[in-house]
Amino acid sequence: MNPDYPGEVILAVDTSLGTAVALIDDDGTLRSDASAADPLGHAEVIGDLLVRAISDAGSGEIAHVVAGMGPGPFTGLRIGIAAARAFALGRGIPVIPVPSHLAAALTAIERDAVSGPFAIVTDARRREVAITVFDGADADGIPLVTVDTRLVPSMDADEHLDGVRRIDVATLSAVDLARVGARAVAAGRTLAGDEPLYLRHPDVTVPGAPKKVGR
Amino acid sequence: MTEPLVLGIETSCDETGIGVVRGRTLLSNTIASSMDEHARYGGVVPEVAARAHLEALQPSIDAALAEAGVRLDDLDAVAVTSGPGLAGALMVGVGAAKGLAVALDKPLYAVNHLVGHIAADILTPDSDPLEYPTIALLVSGGHTSLLHVRDLTTDVEMLGETMDDAAGEAFDKVARLLSLPYPGGPEIDRAALDGDPNAIRFPRGLSRASDLAKHRYDFSFSGLKTAVARWVERCEADGVPVPVADVAASFREAVVDVLVTKALAACADLGVPRLLLGGGVIANRRLREVALTRAEAAGVTVRIPPLSLCTDNGAMIAALAAELIASGRRPSTFAFGADSTLPVTAIQVDERVAVM
Ligand SMILES: [Zn+2]
Repeated sequence: MNPDYPGEVILAVDTSLGTAVALIDDDGTLRSDASAADPLGHAEVIGDLLVRAISDAGSGEIAHVVAGMGPGPFTGLRIGIAAARAFALGRGIPVIPVPSHLAAALTAIERDAVSGPFAIVTDARRREVAITVFDGADADGIPLVTVDTRLVPSMDADEHLDGVRRIDVATLSAVDLARVGARAVAAGRTLAGDEPLYLRHPDVTVPGAPKKVGR
Repeated sequence: MTEPLVLGIETSCDETGIGVVRGRTLLSNTIASSMDEHARYGGVVPEVAARAHLEALQPSIDAALAEAGVRLDDLDAVAVTSGPGLAGALMVGVGAAKGLAVALDKPLYAVNHLVGHIAADILTPDSDPLEYPTIALLVSGGHTSLLHVRDLTTDVEMLGETMDDAAGEAFDKVARLLSLPYPGGPEIDRAALDGDPNAIRFPRGLSRASDLAKHRYDFSFSGLKTAVARWVERCEADGVPVPVADVAASFREAVVDVLVTKALAACADLGVPRLLLGGGVIANRRLREVALTRAEAAGVTVRIPPLSLCTDNGAMIAALAAELIASGRRPSTFAFGADSTLPVTAIQVDERVAVM
């Protein structure tokens, strides 16, 4: 571990799929995990899950907040990011943005012992899926992205994957999100920008000429 | 605690509003608007607004605290708009408010946006305190509502609201018909400057005797918008230039007339000689003029908060929460979400049950 890193508690929040909140020590040890699998209702459950996870975690100052940046359905995704940022603001601590697929990839590698190339696939609504291809982990222990996240029509997904092992994910581990964040902090790396991984422009139709109403 | 220090978060439409109040004293009213981003679409695009809220929240909170000269630790409570409004936009504020309240371990008050507009009035130290009961007319791009306010924290009744477009939306749509930019309110005002408000007799929605039986206090602006569209098309078909100034002035007169007529009818019917105006469309000078003149003739006193507190803002949300706290209300639980159609009778959402 990085000697400059004081060794404190890390909180992770992700609402890209369900609502997931977890706390770990910076060495990756689980402190608490509070999640709701429901792909809706993020706004309703986020507060109580935060309270529960923090109270279950016991003593120790939270030093960083890891925010899952998606991809995910926009409305839900934003709730977790907003909560993570406001929490960090309230505690005066930094936010570590992490692409959510990295958490799913870490779960695949370290819990399920998946080796070789694999693709994390999540529902992106509108008959599309979001796909990120990984191959193991890098020297910092962070899953190695070999093909960046993209949106693909669901029915064409297998064609795009071209034989790469497909891992469909419906819930996300905030514990593994926290672990990816901890490793990024330890390595002094930034894994995502401040903008959520929307992957789509705001869905709008620019109005043309006013419709005729007739006489 | 009689003078609670409250930070309010408002994200129901296209303004990210962060306000800080101490009791009835305004300390900061910080607003970041995404209006410019909506201009090319001619109206508020919910997804554009929600994305902008997420970006604007943290800098707005920082700016509000700096202006108020307080620290987050000093706060007695956090307040947030639960509804009504655009669901996706509201949820950004709800998520942030919960994250902040948990981080600070402070009480959270989830409140009603429309009642917040009324609460804006109590932040005006130079005027006499708000007297009850009062009729409130709230007009903006998102709502057009007539309320009977018997008590700010316990008793607000919806008398009527728009059945279709909000008045502000009607201004935007008619501006487009006249090839004027967004937002339509100030543009129509400018265009109407040299126009004759009586040049064209546009229809007053839900004002016929047959409508009044069922919709005495309700509004409708879609028929008016269609009438303007017809008028413009007829000019084009006849090859004559559209008299933009006259159309703008006559349209605005129709909107103002119906708003003021119904508001004063409510005052008369309910025997309430007080009218409070709120919402962004109150910035329309003609609306204020007509309301003041006709109210005076009817013996009704009119209150108008400063325009910076009439548009959507976080200070009014904080002010409402401060009143709830002062009246002994418990905080909200964390179970609430965003309710895009929250009824006005729900002044506070999900108040915690008293522990016996
Ligand atoms: Zn409003």
